[in-house]
Amino acid sequence: MTITALFFASYADVFGRGRMEMEVPNGSTVGELLRHLHSLDPERRLPPAPLVAVNERYARPDQVLRHGDEVAVIPPVAGG
Amino acid sequence: MRAAVVPTPLDATALLAEVASVANGASIVFVGTVREVNEGRAVSGIEYTAYEAMAARELEAIVTEAVSRFGTSDIVVEHRLGRMGLGEASVVIAVAHPHRAEAYDASRFVIEELKRRVPIWKREEYVDGTRAWVDPTAARAEVGP
Repeated sequence: MTITALFFASYADVFGRGRMEMEVPNGSTVGELLRHLHSLDPERRLPPAPLVAVNERYARPDQVLRHGDEVAVIPPVAGG
Repeated sequence: MRAAVVPTPLDATALLAEVASVANGASIVFVGTVREVNEGRAVSGIEYTAYEAMAARELEAIVTEAVSRFGTSDIVVEHRLGRMGLGEASVVIAVAHPHRAEAYDASRFVIEELKRRVPIWKREEYVDGTRAWVDPTAARAEVGP
């Protein structure tokens, strides 16, 4: 299945882009997607357990992804 | 009640007028502005970016929580995105309530929750030409000018 990963702020710098269409196995979880993303980041600039939102809502690592989900990897927020 | 993420300069007076009512005895406006020094470094400006759709959704959720928690629907918040110079407002929160204690509490609740969970980021620009993403949880990563 295909998901869209979004990277913001300093994490967009890590991956050199803000958006990536990704093929992942059916039934993948947020945590499994993060492990895959860590494998693309040999310099380990992405922290071990970053915040993640699925379809604009904060998600836990055990949340199961579905085809077409928008998965945002969220750096520490700094609004205000 | 209203919450918005906007690209344009903020008008605190307009937000104050939006919440004003003869039912309310207290009105509070909080204005967050770009400060000239952060952690000892001279700042020349800040660029704010966001996951815009989620930021708008989270801001709205915070205001909805504040409305039920503090007993007034007269709460408006706007956060600006883009580059701002020193002294420019990045966020305005206007709250009106029959009584001052709840007005102060609601205003404080909205700004603290905003800082905790709304996906907005800022990159500070320094007088020396460098810039860096602000990470409130750790040391900052520096990049060139």
